[in-house]
Amino acid sequence: MSKILKYAAASVAASVMACLPVGAALAAWDLNMPVGVTELSRDIHGLHMLIFWICVIIAFAVFGMMIYSIVKFRHSQGAVPAKFDHSTRAEIVWTIIPVAILVGMAIPAAETLIRIEDTRNSELTIKVTGYQWKWQYEYLDQKVSFFSTLARDSDAARQLDSGIDPQTVEHYLLNVDKPLVVPEDTKVRVLLTSADVIHAWWVPAFGMKKDAIPGFVNELWFNAEEPGIYRGQCAELCGRDHGFMPVVVDVRPKAEYEAWLKAQQGGESAPAQAAVEKINDGAATEVVAKAE
Amino acid sequence: MAHTHEAAHHADDHSHDHHGPEKGWRRWVYATNHKDIGTMYLVFSLIMFFVGGTMALVIRAELFQPGLQLVDPMFFNSMTTMHALVMIFGAVMPAFVGLANWMVPLQIGAPDMALPRMNNFSFWIMPFAFTLLLSTLFVPGGAPAGGWTMYPPLVLQNGTSFPMLIFAVHLMGASSIMGAINVVVTIMNMRAPGMSLLKMPLFVWSWLITAYLLVAVMPVLAGAVTMLLTDHYFGTTFFEAAGGGDPVMFQHIFWFFGHPEVYIMILPAFGVVSEIIPTFSRKPLFGYDAMVYATASIAFLSFIVWAHHMFTVGMPLAGQLFFMLATMLIAVPTGVKVFNWTATMFKGSISFEPPMLFALSFLFLFTIGGFSGLMLAIVPADFQYHDTYFVVAHFHYVLVPGAIFGIMAAVYYWLPKWTGHMYNNKLATWHFWLSTIFVNVLFFPQHFLGLAGMPRRIPDYSTQFADWNMVSSIGAFGFGLSQLLFAYIVWQTARGGVKASAKVWDTATPHGLEWTLSSPPPYHSFEVAPEVK
Repeated sequence: MSKILKYAAASVAASVMACLPVGAALAAWDLNMPVGVTELSRDIHGLHMLIFWICVIIAFAVFGMMIYSIVKFRHSQGAVPAKFDHSTRAEIVWTIIPVAILVGMAIPAAETLIRIEDTRNSELTIKVTGYQWKWQYEYLDQKVSFFSTLARDSDAARQLDSGIDPQTVEHYLLNVDKPLVVPEDTKVRVLLTSADVIHAWWVPAFGMKKDAIPGFVNELWFNAEEPGIYRGQCAELCGRDHGFMPVVVDVRPKAEYEAWLKAQQGGESAPAQAAVEKINDGAATEVVAKAE
Repeated sequence: MAHTHEAAHHADDHSHDHHGPEKGWRRWVYATNHKDIGTMYLVFSLIMFFVGGTMALVIRAELFQPGLQLVDPMFFNSMTTMHALVMIFGAVMPAFVGLANWMVPLQIGAPDMALPRMNNFSFWIMPFAFTLLLSTLFVPGGAPAGGWTMYPPLVLQNGTSFPMLIFAVHLMGASSIMGAINVVVTIMNMRAPGMSLLKMPLFVWSWLITAYLLVAVMPVLAGAVTMLLTDHYFGTTFFEAAGGGDPVMFQHIFWFFGHPEVYIMILPAFGVVSEIIPTFSRKPLFGYDAMVYATASIAFLSFIVWAHHMFTVGMPLAGQLFFMLATMLIAVPTGVKVFNWTATMFKGSISFEPPMLFALSFLFLFTIGGFSGLMLAIVPADFQYHDTYFVVAHFHYVLVPGAIFGIMAAVYYWLPKWTGHMYNNKLATWHFWLSTIFVNVLFFPQHFLGLAGMPRRIPDYSTQFADWNMVSSIGAFGFGLSQLLFAYIVWQTARGGVKASAKVWDTATPHGLEWTLSSPPPYHSFEVAPEVK
């Protein structure tokens, strides 16, 4: 047994060593879920850590007991087996305690979930439509609409045998030509649908992920408290380029957002703008009718 | 082959009856003997394990570093899809059916399975089903690439492979249903006198419950894929909003099959571990009755938790809460099982033969999979975890060191019984350590990747995910290559080796009727029913 343990320790050490030099040269070795920039994402992170630590404590107890038994009651050390084969008291205890722990976890989880599902009183509504393989963003009341696709440099580098080192591309696969721009400190409601297959819109920093389903409208909300650029990806397999339709949200101070919006509304040529308006009028009434 | 000659010789001596197998290919093609069919299932499963494993290595090779170096994204998607289908329907499920074929008659004191010709049919469907499935790799448009979950509308974009996939799934389903019916009928009708239900070995119990799950849900899968077929070719709109259908309805039907399917793949492993731990702890299983009731509770709960696979589709709040609570409840009977196994070892006298090593590894690593499962049940947290590598890590922990280590533990436990030879203990111990270490190098970092935000089923990733992906790929190749050792050990043992006694584990305390028969057991197992006190 001790020989086996020695082998095991040596192999673990060897595999860890094998990876270290590579790691030192590259980026961070992230271990945990990052804390987001919305209240909901912080609550979700809190829940995640709560359950994680509960699991760690249970693991210590259970694995501790297993390891103790393995070390203490060894045949090779002449251990004499006991004869008991049940204990009603122990079995009742280890049925009831887990139930109590689960109830303790379920209460805060349910409370957070209720807030996640409350999309009332939003200040801005954006319709997001998934396409193979890009996103369309429509500001329903502001009459602005555009597509958002993978940035050119990422797209060039991601081709099979492109010869371009992804490490040299900024925000490789997580950058788009035109990000979604939203104001900070604003409850934004996102209406999700799809034009072809099912996609899923996900920004980890907002803690939110929801499927975009053709023929149906889903909704989610977020309220980003800090300006910044937040990156995510399509999270539902949607065909060949599923890995290449990132979500980028640019959260700006309110004044900057207003200026951006003005530029979008006035900056484009008149016929194009008229077309956008026409699409939006039709789409807006349709979507709102379904969402109600 | 030595086996065949010996048995044939035996048949010549007593030409008035049929106590031996047929000669040559007839023995296998016309097989009605539970051991021969069990062997075929197990060999088939091992071949599929390597086929599916090769696909996994294609995936991990492409993910070794960022950028696309080896395959087109479409082929990558085909690999993830086919890897899952081959491993689930070709490796894990047939392996357990093979174990049931070998062990159920031996453990309940029966001469054979109740329905031997159906047994033959249910096995021989499998090679055809998988020829059909694997041949899609060579048709125009490539193999199915919409994920093994076959969600519409994406699955309808597959080319020529689409109907082939559907028919292959139908064939696998038919085979599974027949195999399951056979197990139920055998257990219900052919137990030795005196063996009441609550005296059955736990492996038999877990298979009885698994067989009921199979009979209940395989037809549901068949229905779901048939609806896909009619949507595609006959103008129905079950899953198309434009015709009044709903793509999410497919997901509900699929996961109504899919969640019990998860337990179909783990309950027999629970049974195996419940046999092995008492043997090598030299102490009776702790809480036998509780183990049976826990298994039955898990099976019942598996029917009412399916929507936890689809929390992000936009269900009503009440629905999400119900599925969250029901899912969390599964932790209770699963916990009871883990505690009982631990209590079995407590104050025992433990030795570390290869089957026990795999059972212990199962115990630790399956429990880790259980913890991540509990985390995934929490809906708000699941909004972050869903469809990321955290999920990939979770289900591989319950399927590889869970189901597959369970199968390997079973093979190391019963292989001397099947072949009459002891295997090379040193090599088997090496196989254990290599597998256990590399399976963790392979899958543990995937938790980190998922939490850091890497979606699953992507052929290429942002550079921030590069480090752990590289570690994971190293683990994958280590794990994959280690399994060649397993194939070698099994092959070597089948060919010869030190003779095994009837009890096989002479210094331990194996319980059950299988140990009262010679190793290997006679052709018709129990010709006279043993008496069970």
